[in-house]
Amino acid sequence: MSTVAAGLDRVTRVPGVRGALIASSADGLVVAEQLMDGVDGRAVAALAGSLIARLARTAHGAGLRPPVFVHLRGDDGSILAAPGADGLVLLAVVGREANVGLARLEMLAAAGRLA
Amino acid sequence: MSDDIRTLTTRLAEEPSSLAFLELAESLRQRGKLDAAYKVARGGVGRYPGLADAHDLMARILSDRGDLAGAFDAWSDALRLDPLRTGALKGIAFLYFRAGDVAAAIGHLERAAEADPDDPSIHQALARVRRESAAAASPAVAVVDAVPPVDAVPPPAPISSPPIAAAVPPPPEAPAQDSPFTAGAEDERGVLLVDANGMRLAGELSAGDGSEAGDRVAAQLAGVSREAARATRLLGLGSWQSIAVESPGAHFILTAPTAETVLLVTRDATFPMARVGLIAERAARTARSWLEQVG
Repeated sequence: MSTVAAGLDRVTRVPGVRGALIASSADGLVVAEQLMDGVDGRAVAALAGSLIARLARTAHGAGLRPPVFVHLRGDDGSILAAPGADGLVLLAVVGREANVGLARLEMLAAAGRLA
Repeated sequence: MSDDIRTLTTRLAEEPSSLAFLELAESLRQRGKLDAAYKVARGGVGRYPGLADAHDLMARILSDRGDLAGAFDAWSDALRLDPLRTGALKGIAFLYFRAGDVAAAIGHLERAAEADPDDPSIHQALARVRRESAAAASPAVAVVDAVPPVDAVPPPAPISSPPIAAAVPPPPEAPAQDSPFTAGAEDERGVLLVDANGMRLAGELSAGDGSEAGDRVAAQLAGVSREAARATRLLGLGSWQSIAVESPGAHFILTAPTAETVLLVTRDATFPMARVGLIAERAARTARSWLEQVG
């Protein structure tokens, strides 16, 4: 199993995670994905990628370095994002009762191996 | 270190995602090791933000530490997750009573009694509050102790201690201020309230070099809110509630106090994200009240 696939596998094993994918933050193209039925990877990549880029600009405006982890919480679940190297971002869609803390740790570890 | 604490610490170390933190933090709290209890509970709240027990536990620890505003927020979070949680209802009743708001204290105790009519301690507390409410104006120790929270050691602060002033919402008839964040509830700096068009309504934000960055950041935030709303809606996640962003050197959280505004709260990265979240929730409540007054 490749490093990328192993990283996705660890993230999707976390309770409550509906799927995870790696996308290019510049154009939203999906590089790899492990998703449950009903989760549209391309939509996640496009929507979350755009938001992450804007948050990076917001952080820059505040004199901060780019985000290393983002948690967008909705009424019925969350989108988690961990930007990695070479313009790649690891994204996960999780349910409301997901173990976000564990997902975060797995995502940060996996994002650190992206290249 | 006692055996049970050693056992629980080992279990938590071997399985960080377990719920052993609840028992460990409570054991530490009961032994008066409040800093250690706080660290354990903080990790648990961060790992299980949707667990009412974790917020209830955190509230008891904060109450013991004398952080009554923090305890109020944590019990409020517990009630948001579990509206019938009697421990949280009793805890908030205790805080309201300390603040001199007897009616609110009785209201919370009555809700607790409805939720658990078989708990004699609730009825005893209600009876004592009603009996002693006449003496509430005088800072007698008996009054302070009338509503002890479940298993909590009453903080040593006097009845009119300053922290509770931040915990209890201001009266609705209070005059509107220039900014919602200058009344002592929150620091003005590091909190930014922005309208739907990216214009700053209140608050200040400094860049790393000390220059004012509020307007620059405000201009980005209107777009962030729209994009967040679009992403959660289209992915079937409902309305967006918050965005937590970890950046080297700082944590910041975005929330929407109203449909037309966005609030940013930023703190140094040494602040746990869950704590920044609590600050943001409190700041959002403050902002909502202020907007109602100035609107």
